[in-house]
Amino acid sequence: MTWLWNNLDLVLGLTAEHARLSALPILVGFAASLPLGWVAVRVPWLRGILLTVFNLIYTIPALALFVVLPGILGTKILDELNVVVALSLYATAMMLRGTVDGFASVSGDVLQSATAQGYSGTSRFWKVQLPLAGPVLLANLRVVSVSTVSLLSVAALIGSGGLGRLFTEGYNRPFIDEIVIGIVFTVLLALLFDAILVILGRLLMPWSRRRPASPRASFLRSILPGRVA
Amino acid sequence: MNFILDAVAYILDPANWQGANGIAARLNQHLAITFLSVILAAAIAVPLGLLIGHTGRGRAAVIGITGAARALPTFGVMTLFVLIGLQFGAGLSLTPVIVVLVVLAIPPLLAGAYSGVEAVDRQTVDAARAQGMTEWQILSRVEVPLALPLLVGGLRSATLQVVATATIAAYVAQGGLGRYLIEGLRSQDYLRALIGALLIAALALLLDGLLAALQRLVAPRGVSRGGSRTKSSTGTPAKRPSRTLEATRTPLTEG
Repeated sequence: MTWLWNNLDLVLGLTAEHARLSALPILVGFAASLPLGWVAVRVPWLRGILLTVFNLIYTIPALALFVVLPGILGTKILDELNVVVALSLYATAMMLRGTVDGFASVSGDVLQSATAQGYSGTSRFWKVQLPLAGPVLLANLRVVSVSTVSLLSVAALIGSGGLGRLFTEGYNRPFIDEIVIGIVFTVLLALLFDAILVILGRLLMPWSRRRPASPRASFLRSILPGRVA
Repeated sequence: MNFILDAVAYILDPANWQGANGIAARLNQHLAITFLSVILAAAIAVPLGLLIGHTGRGRAAVIGITGAARALPTFGVMTLFVLIGLQFGAGLSLTPVIVVLVVLAIPPLLAGAYSGVEAVDRQTVDAARAQGMTEWQILSRVEVPLALPLLVGGLRSATLQVVATATIAAYVAQGGLGRYLIEGLRSQDYLRALIGALLIAALALLLDGLLAALQRLVAPRGVSRGGSRTKSSTGTPAKRPSRTLEATRTPLTEG
């Protein structure tokens, strides 16, 4: 505990870096998964290809992907971009299953009545399909968020990545308290991100609190493993 | 790209596969660590998951355990356990590493076994009970066979996590394919790190492919997963070509 007070600036600085490096992939993954999921639901043959490709990327262990990416992107190994790109790919892969699921869960009858009421293709997507898929998207985004925050610490092994540095440093010194502080702050940051997402969800989808779409489905979603290494 | 070609050339050279520090030896270590951890975890998690699924008691525990596991930074837990192991005089042995890997493999296995049983149609279970089956018969002859695809999905997920984390383990203990990677990073030898990364990626993809095939094999004939329980009429055509792929390692499409 004394170590924490003496090094509060360091810990908070690393926490801020951790927040920045993990928020970016979460946002990129969410943004990328929307058009990809939309295409996958509309074009059945593309759906198989997209899900397979992202499934394969998702299968590659994080540390391996961190190391392979510089060889492909032409970046330096210490470049933050490698970590952000790798985590964005994982986030997209995890999120894509959610968007496909969410968009597919909107009933065809609802979409047809929206069309009958005069919605064009794009406005039907933004005003009908996306809001109705919202709760499923949020549930998946929460899994993506927590996984990304915890996964980022592996990046310390390639000399990047926020709070993970407390693990490498704490291990080398060796000093258990430093590692424990690192774990606690990583978990706290994950909880903070999760709380933000829940609040955003309530603000953007005030209806979803009253009536959960399917309690069973949301329960099964809540035990999704997510990537940890 | 040159580095990648060089790394592939190194891997394809049979000479580099031999010897105590060759690729074959380290691959064996990696596989041994992985299988040992997954088997130990399965021995704990699968019976527990089946029991929770059958009785319906302990759902909250499953949610709590999987949620917590997701938030814990694996690398931090790994370094922590090894340092604690050192204090208790375990030395730099593999024991703390295996403990972490087992702990890590439990949540996906538990979730797979649990959700597999939970996803079995209650009417099917009631029918089995009405035919006079004992609870044990219901579990072993009805629920487990129907749960197998999701159960193997959990196994697949757990194996994936363990293979990945066993790589990180090379930072704290000797052994496994992660050594190439960690040694390469330490000595700033990018080619060496890349060789390790490619080998690990290939191993993960191979194991995942094998388990995906197993997942398809164990699906009882005539059962399409989740069929009777899917309530929503979806906006997509009835034919969903990638359903099995999408459903692998996550019980996401159940509903």
